[in-house]
Amino acid sequence: MFEALSDRFEGVLGRLRGKGRLTEADVDDAMREIRLALLEADVNFTVVKNFIARVRERALGEELSKALNPGQQVIKIVNEELTRTLGGETIRIAYSAKPPTVVLMAGLQGSGKTTNSAKLARWFKSQGRHPLLVGADLQRPAAVEQLRTLGRQLEVPVFSEATDPVAVAAAGLAEARRTGRDVVIVDTAGRLAIDAELMDEVRRISEAVDPNYTFLVIDAMTGQDAVTTAEAFHQTLELDGVILTKLDGDARGGAALSVKEVVGRPIAFASTGEKLDEFDLFHPDRLAGRILGMGDMLTLIEKAEQVFEKEETEAAAARLLEGQFTFEDFLDQMQQLKKMGPLSGVLGMMPGVPKEVRNAQIDDREIARVEAIIRSMTPAERRDPDLIDQSRRVRIARGSGSDPTRVAELIKQFKEMSKMMKRMGGMGSKKLAKSRRKAGKSKGKGPGGRTTGGGRVAPSTKAPLRLPNLDPRAPGAGRGLPDLGLPDLGLPGPGGVGPGRG
Amino acid sequence: MSLVLIIALVLVVLVGTGLGLVVSRRRGRSGLLEPPSPAPVRPAPAPVIAPDAEAGPEPEPAQALEPEPEAAPEPEPQPEPEPEPRVVERPRFRDRLSKARNALSGYMGAIGGRSRIDAETWDELEEALILADVGMAATQDLLEHLRSQVKAQGLGTGEELLGALKAELTSRLGDFDRELHFSEAEGPTVWLFVGVNGVGKTTTIGKLGAREVAAGHRVIMAAGDTFRAAAAEQLGMWAERSGAELVRGNEGGDPSAVIFDGVAAAAARGADLVLGDTAGRLHTKTNLMEELRKVRRVADQGAGTVTEVLLVLDATTGQNGLVQAQQFTDAVELTGVVLTKLDGSAKGGIVIAIHEQLGIPVKAVGLGEGIDDLVPFDPAEFVDALFS
Ligand SMILES: Nc1nc2c(ncn2[C@@H]2O[C@H](COP(=O)(O)OP(=O)(O)OP(=O)(O)O)[C@@H](O)[C@H]2O)c(=O)[nH]1
Ligand SMILES: Nc1nc2c(ncn2[C@@H]2O[C@H](COP(=O)(O)OP(=O)(O)OP(=O)(O)O)[C@@H](O)[C@H]2O)c(=O)[nH]1
Ligand SMILES: [Mg+2]
Ligand SMILES: [Mg+2]
Repeated sequence: MFEALSDRFEGVLGRLRGKGRLTEADVDDAMREIRLALLEADVNFTVVKNFIARVRERALGEELSKALNPGQQVIKIVNEELTRTLGGETIRIAYSAKPPTVVLMAGLQGSGKTTNSAKLARWFKSQGRHPLLVGADLQRPAAVEQLRTLGRQLEVPVFSEATDPVAVAAAGLAEARRTGRDVVIVDTAGRLAIDAELMDEVRRISEAVDPNYTFLVIDAMTGQDAVTTAEAFHQTLELDGVILTKLDGDARGGAALSVKEVVGRPIAFASTGEKLDEFDLFHPDRLAGRILGMGDMLTLIEKAEQVFEKEETEAAAARLLEGQFTFEDFLDQMQQLKKMGPLSGVLGMMPGVPKEVRNAQIDDREIARVEAIIRSMTPAERRDPDLIDQSRRVRIARGSGSDPTRVAELIKQFKEMSKMMKRMGGMGSKKLAKSRRKAGKSKGKGPGGRTTGGGRVAPSTKAPLRLPNLDPRAPGAGRGLPDLGLPDLGLPGPGGVGPGRG
Repeated sequence: MSLVLIIALVLVVLVGTGLGLVVSRRRGRSGLLEPPSPAPVRPAPAPVIAPDAEAGPEPEPAQALEPEPEAAPEPEPQPEPEPEPRVVERPRFRDRLSKARNALSGYMGAIGGRSRIDAETWDELEEALILADVGMAATQDLLEHLRSQVKAQGLGTGEELLGALKAELTSRLGDFDRELHFSEAEGPTVWLFVGVNGVGKTTTIGKLGAREVAAGHRVIMAAGDTFRAAAAEQLGMWAERSGAELVRGNEGGDPSAVIFDGVAAAAARGADLVLGDTAGRLHTKTNLMEELRKVRRVADQGAGTVTEVLLVLDATTGQNGLVQAQQFTDAVELTGVVLTKLDGSAKGGIVIAIHEQLGIPVKAVGLGEGIDDLVPFDPAEFVDALFS
């Protein structure tokens, strides 16, 4: 049920594909799918309505790009609009001319206020400031002790006393002045937006310390209620920004969009773990991808962009699908790939990767071994492995510190791979389109459990490269690898919901 | 699958998506930096600010969650809760209901008042269900079911439609065993509390501990959260408030060892109930879920028997709640859910999917931060609170 948007789009895109223009009916079809995807990602009902209206208008008004097919263009617009809504101005902390700079933390129970007060203190410290933490939560058992413990870990002083929250906050400010701390972070008790008494209390705390920045701390797993909460806190406190927590989970994080729409102030920080260093400035584009179910695509692309020589790699991939790929090519590409980090990490970020591939146990030492064997081959052998007879095998094995059976095994695997790739590549595009459409209909059931079926497209320079349906039951209920158009917005496949680690 | 094949596949994917994307993304970036208009939205009628004043004095006896095998047959009246920092009211489902009534009257009032069931009625119903975090799939399914009922039974008015919806929801929440069980065997009973960060595990233990102590049990609270700052101190304060005893370990120590010690201490001191706290953990962290499995195993290895493994779920949680329940039950076989923070404006609708798809019942509901703010789950009242 948590299908990525790109999955849902397959049906709609199939219809849009190839048409030269976006008709109103096309756009409406696409909007229905986007609406579903956003609601599944916990974006608030009304926020979705407004958002869809904006996207729809743009989709109809925008000139069609030559590079993208219509469906891809819709996704591109959605992604841009989402990024724009989530982003906008970024927060710049301006320090008060008359120190200390005061920060007030507020939010629902358990959202992460205390932890993120400490994280902020750490962040201010890293900016060369001297924060004081003030524990104004006198309500929850051991709340002040929790803050003191965190303060000790950071070597940041913590002020609190057993009076009342408003008095503690005021006294904390005085303490900072007295001891020359230039930033004060006030942690408050969790409170419900509908608790009039406690909302009034936090307003009084705010009046007592007159904060330069008031942050709403909100859990990324929050559902529809995010809007009610954000509205109430904004009304009471005039928020300056939002801290989005628990982003290290797999929630799609649609609440962020809701809150951003309501508050209209930046999402300033993202909290991605329980440890105090798991905290960073917020990246709207990453979250946009995540809400859309596009996983870590953007991160992956950034890396790929840094590492690969585009033309060269495309040519190699084309040779691969034409059956012309040699050990030489393989070695080159493997070098590039290695620069992106451990292979398992790369696989983890790639949406739409079939389960067999994702779950394959990858040992990076194995990569080194393969590399050593290939390096021990002569250039002629790399181009034509058929040259390699028993005596050459022995020589290669000796040169690479391996043994002849392993050499033979590698060559066999390489040939199998080449055959498979060629088969994928050789499939006619018409036939392919058909089989894809069929696969799309039999949602989730997939093309008969084949592991190599589905078909791939000939990599003529114009035609897009396509990958097969390796595992229709892959995580995210997808239907195999995505349609990989070359100048393509990606339409990354299913399953890419996972957050970046750390 | 051979490494060679994997590398080849990765390559093709990268060329297809990654490098291709670079181009369009660069292109796409240029024109998008005009700041968004912060058009505020108003999705729900203004939140009702209603600290239910009339609720406090109501003398309704706290329902015992568990008829205990050996203790007094009559649940004893609870001892005066020690003074809280602020006045603790005793919200009940019924009070929630009045809030929900107000909050939802925009939708439900409108629907209930309709003399015909038209497209608008269906739209409003969908909206109300989604806003209650019932989820897309369950909402569609419910609407489909209702459509066929409208046809089959000739329902004509909005009120009849609402009646059918409530009946359907209540039946989907079904007949589950919602009791918290004690072990038949010798030795202490163990209840474990698990869930993601900040949902209310420790607080729920405090409330339940108070209830079970009041019901005549001797309760030990085991501070299995050795990770979060001051977690054991927090549980210690709850133990004190509720008249339970605390067993704790070293900070950063092995949580399963603390739980094991708690069970051993219970056996030694003749306590019959161990409430095991665990650190909050996201279900996506495999190592932490593995740690939890071990806690579950070890808790059963000594003198005690684990009869309940309860997922504590925050009512504000959206669709991720279902994933949480799935992952936690895969790891430690949940016996039930405690739905907390239902005193807020969130409706907790995701538990409908948890009942339906996973067959895990909600056993208790948290309605506040005070020691008395825990009540048994009642499907009909829950549904009423969603749609009155
Ligand atoms: N996984 C994860 N856990 C987090 C994150 N931020 C906070 N937490 C955890 O969430 C739980 C609640 O955090 P607190 O900082 O105590 O939350 P709070 O808002 O101060 O809670 P109250 O004071 O009780 O309202 C703790 O277990 C934290 O360790 C995060 O980004 N990721
Ligand atoms: N309003 C309300 N607040 C609650 C309820 N249950 C718990 N809380 C509050 O939620 C916050 C977090 O509760 P904890 O018991 O510390 O949660 P936890 O799951 O143990 O948190 P970690 O151990 O940090 O993962 C505290 O401020 C509690 O007072 C409830 O039913 N209603
Ligand atoms: Mg706190
Ligand atoms: Mg806890």
